Amino acid sequence: MCGIVGIFLKDAKLEPELGSMLASMLCVMTDRGPDSAGFAIYGAGDAEHVKFSLRAAEGFDFQGLAHSLSLTSGGTPRVTVRATHAVLEVPAAHASEVRAALARHPDVALVGAGTRMEVFKEVGLPSAVATRFDLGTMRGTHGIGHTRMATESAVTTAGAHPFSTGDDQCLVHNGSLSNHNALRRALTREGIAFATENDSEVAAGYLTWRMKQGASLGAALEAGLKDLDGFFTFVVGTESGFGVLRDPIACKPAVMAETDRYVAFGSEYRALVDLPGIAKAKVFEPEPATVYFWDRAA
Amino acid sequence: MNAFTPDVTFDLAEAPLRELNAALHAATGDSNARRWRVLNPNGRHALAAGVDAPLTIEVEGHVGYYCAGMNQHAHIIVHGNAGVGVAENMMSGFVHVRGDASQAAGATAHGGLLLIDGNASARCGISMKGVDIIVKGSVGHMSAFMGQAGSLIVFGEAGEALGDSLYEAKLFVRGAVKSLGADCVEKEMRDAHKALIAEKLAAAGISGVDIGDFKRYGSARRLYNFHIDNVDAY
Repeated sequence: MCGIVGIFLKDAKLEPELGSMLASMLCVMTDRGPDSAGFAIYGAGDAEHVKFSLRAAEGFDFQGLAHSLSLTSGGTPRVTVRATHAVLEVPAAHASEVRAALARHPDVALVGAGTRMEVFKEVGLPSAVATRFDLGTMRGTHGIGHTRMATESAVTTAGAHPFSTGDDQCLVHNGSLSNHNALRRALTREGIAFATENDSEVAAGYLTWRMKQGASLGAALEAGLKDLDGFFTFVVGTESGFGVLRDPIACKPAVMAETDRYVAFGSEYRALVDLPGIAKAKVFEPEPATVYFWDRAA
Repeated sequence: MNAFTPDVTFDLAEAPLRELNAALHAATGDSNARRWRVLNPNGRHALAAGVDAPLTIEVEGHVGYYCAGMNQHAHIIVHGNAGVGVAENMMSGFVHVRGDASQAAGATAHGGLLLIDGNASARCGISMKGVDIIVKGSVGHMSAFMGQAGSLIVFGEAGEALGDSLYEAKLFVRGAVKSLGADCVEKEMRDAHKALIAEKLAAAGISGVDIGDFKRYGSARRLYNFHIDNVDAY
């Protein structure tokens, strides 16, 4: 089991409430996944800057790290520390040097990067994780979250979702993949880097690879139906979009709700009950082997 | 909210589901508490599961998994969508979902009538053992998988592998069938079958449906050890 949730706003007036909406959805899914939890939020950002979401041990000196990067990042990067995570904002022109410098810090894990995406994940009950990172106060246009009951790899923070394998791209997964080892080898040869042995990270890497080749999120998900073997319900975020895909036999549950203000996804309807206007929302079960996606640019 | 005068109104925003189910299990139908209205179901699981009395229960909203499971005698109406396994293992009574039903609606049910106004997703009527299921919308893949007895009447379409490994459940679909499962074949629609559909629709209070539009599907009886001497067992 696992719980996955996602929300994509159509009405900008809801943006200040994105975090609190996602936190409520995440906490309801605790009994589907009490091991660990994580989420990605697409908040403020611009094309001139890149945000690096970093994770380190409790009490790590992220400010010190930022200072040590000031020469490579064209000035000391802006740092926002939230418990074991920090978001470092650096000028896009220096992003690749900063990325290389971060790789020389074995005590710091890079969990995601992008112009707007921020990723946080931790072991523990979803409510504790949401509180720790202050999810309730975050704002943004869309976000995805995951509560984990581990099956394919250990209960570690690294094994928690979302997985991000490309800029502003992340994925949460309910299910298990059976061809992830072969696919990981193939994708590694194509230049996709993996940080864990987790099957879901391979799905994220696969979609990143497809999108690198020019596929849209929708086309990448469509191709995944052919290449990914196993059980899955995915919710995927990109800078401008939000997608959902279930395997052809619909092994894992999924419910969606749409109003003129938002599109929401939950493993179960329970996760959606606190959303505004839910009583009047169009509530439906996404079809198996059918790609759903919403794009802000569209 | 629909016009209905309940004897008991139970608000799940105020009291826990366990209390509701305990009260429903204690109700005999002989007292004055026969008509129940349940508010704020909010997708909770196993709502009104295991009821064993001639009660009428109206649920105002969407329910989670296994609603009305194991039902005997009760009329349970869900004014919303139902999660996985609505009316699973029903023995008798009537369950009416006004919205859509998720997977495995009416799974393994032995008797009673399950009416779904919207669509039912995959595995509707899986291993059905005597229940009658009417779906006004469409059903998903693997519906009536290993269906042993009872009827599944679908106004819309059916997904892949309808009636896979079917025993003696009777399937009637008005729209397109994406594919038939192993040992499931289209069969001739005779008067007796039209009468059967008419009887089930009447029991569900449905009129004005042209029965001539339905096609019948059943077991080719090549996969299991069907023997004509045992036909009365179904």
